[in-house]
Amino acid sequence: MANVGRNTPVRKFDAIVVGAGGAGLRAALQLSEAGVKCAVLSKVFPTRSHTVAAQGGVGASLGNMGEDNWNWHMYDTVKGSDWLGDQDAIEFMVRAAPEVVIELEHFGMPFDRNEDGTIYQRPFGGHSMNFGEKPVQRSCCAADRTGHAMLHALYQRNVRANTQFFVEWMALDLIRDPSGQVLGVTALEMETGEVMVFHARATLFATGGAGRIYSSTTNAFINTGDGLGMAARAGIPLEDMEFWQFHPTGVAGAGVLITEGVRGEGGYLLNKNGERFMERYAPNLKDLASRDVVSRAMATEIKEGRGAGKEGDCVLLKLDHLGAEVIDKRLPGIREIAKKFANVDPVKDPIPVVPTVHYQMGGIPTNYHGEVVVPKNGNANSVVPGFYAAGECGCASVHGANRLGTNSLTDLLVFGKASGNSIIRYLKENPGLKDLPKDAGDRSLSRLARLESQTNGESYAEVAKDMRRTMQKHCGVFRFPDTLADGVKKIREISDRVTRTEIKDKSKVFNTARIEALELDNLIEVARATMVSADARTESRGAHDRSDHHGRDDVNWLKHTLWYKEGDRLDYKPVNLKPLTAESIEPKVRTY
Amino acid sequence: MDVVSFNRLRWNCRRGLLENDLVLEKFLERHAESLDDVHLAALNTLLELDDNSLWSLLSGRTEYPEGSGAEIYEILALLRTC
Repeated sequence: MANVGRNTPVRKFDAIVVGAGGAGLRAALQLSEAGVKCAVLSKVFPTRSHTVAAQGGVGASLGNMGEDNWNWHMYDTVKGSDWLGDQDAIEFMVRAAPEVVIELEHFGMPFDRNEDGTIYQRPFGGHSMNFGEKPVQRSCCAADRTGHAMLHALYQRNVRANTQFFVEWMALDLIRDPSGQVLGVTALEMETGEVMVFHARATLFATGGAGRIYSSTTNAFINTGDGLGMAARAGIPLEDMEFWQFHPTGVAGAGVLITEGVRGEGGYLLNKNGERFMERYAPNLKDLASRDVVSRAMATEIKEGRGAGKEGDCVLLKLDHLGAEVIDKRLPGIREIAKKFANVDPVKDPIPVVPTVHYQMGGIPTNYHGEVVVPKNGNANSVVPGFYAAGECGCASVHGANRLGTNSLTDLLVFGKASGNSIIRYLKENPGLKDLPKDAGDRSLSRLARLESQTNGESYAEVAKDMRRTMQKHCGVFRFPDTLADGVKKIREISDRVTRTEIKDKSKVFNTARIEALELDNLIEVARATMVSADARTESRGAHDRSDHHGRDDVNWLKHTLWYKEGDRLDYKPVNLKPLTAESIEPKVRTY
Repeated sequence: MDVVSFNRLRWNCRRGLLENDLVLEKFLERHAESLDDVHLAALNTLLELDDNSLWSLLSGRTEYPEGSGAEIYEILALLRTC
């Protein structure tokens, strides 16, 4: 028996799924329906996963509202990705999209419908017909509760298929044997504080994004990049972590979004001197310029010392001149949000806002089967046996440098299902369960032991706050060479401090301080990957926007970043410009 | 409230929607210490709701159905001030 701590119990499964959001549930369903003995671990009850926040819909070229086809969806996705997306994975996803949407309909998803009973499809930014010619309606929604409805449909279907859920369990570390094969995870049961080994032939990470590395993010508190942290500690690189999607106006300090409709109705941005600065950056469109132009201007004002607020780290969104009546009638909910989260009534005072993170394009590198791939023996995409990733924590890569709206749900359905199918195939071909390595539980047990015995350490909450501030200030929506270089130094210092965090409460049962300290171990890996990768990429592409390198540099940078935890090492691999069957979409200037 | 009950409640306040996380975090800071058993039970009833329904209630867009015990409406009123 392996030395996993004398008292560490071991449970055996065919497959383990970590995370029970859209991707994890879709994969688990595929597995359970095929008769695979599968365990799903989740920190929270599945229907409380962050997928619930998705409102935009699922992109699929059903063509219910007029002509549409997957070639056009593919073009929009490749263009959206600023040509960093892998075209084989993109073709796979857009071709599978209609099928997974119809399946979901059969699972009981209450999609909005047309009069003829087909699924109604909404227009959404960036979706076009005939390769950018004019807008197309491609987004399938369930009112404004698409994510919620999807989670419920998938969860209920899983219950029916007898998927075994381990709710309020936090996975701690990936178990790999000396050959690199993945054999499961260690996990902490919150109820008891006990650690268990989940020993399995196949392990899928569907742990979502890590938006909580930033101080201003729309991500829920649970989005701590646990899968990415576990992968990084186990020697797996993280791909394209410099690419994060931002929204220009989130409430400063909170992250809750203020709709762009506010500027559409005549609201405008001010710096600390009360200057309407967008007049300088975009004399014609001013505050109605595109998202990236507005975000860049806001970041520049803050960087150059004209930010508002105590820390000078936000700008002000003024709308009092619109009058209470217009605000209440045309912008419902905005007053409530501003009062609740910014403590201001926008009828009287401006709302402090800041560019806010909401989606992580990078993640654990996979191919379009959901298999995790790493460079090995000259092969840039060598499969790690037994290891899979899907959803926001995976990087297939279909989003490249920037995600097309509605493709996040498409991604988690398609790659959730695909990784489930890959696991089923793998299990058939690899019947025997290999023994656990001798050190299977060591990494987790020593992390826990360190937290138990740490004295004179820092509060994990303070260190986490410094990490978030550093990411926001040094690696925000618009990136400056000096702040990036400084940011790399700072995030490494904070990374050292994370190894000395202390928790005062050492109790076993539901010790949330311990859980949050363990989450910080994961966040810091993602933060370092992001900062180091962003500092190195000397071009502007998609969501990575640098003040010293305008524009894309396909000669030097048409390649994926791979960051390794050990030594903060960077490696690169080529972008796959060759689709499965379609013709390659050659890089060109991206304009809308 | 003992440490375990508080920790359990705190984890139960981890939600899928950031808006709920933020309101509940503030609520716990301000009111967790003074919660009696009846109001704790009422809070837990509200936490059983899905995130969208909970946020609709917290933001005042919807009302909790009439006919429940007074403590539910009292907790909801407190949550709305957070």
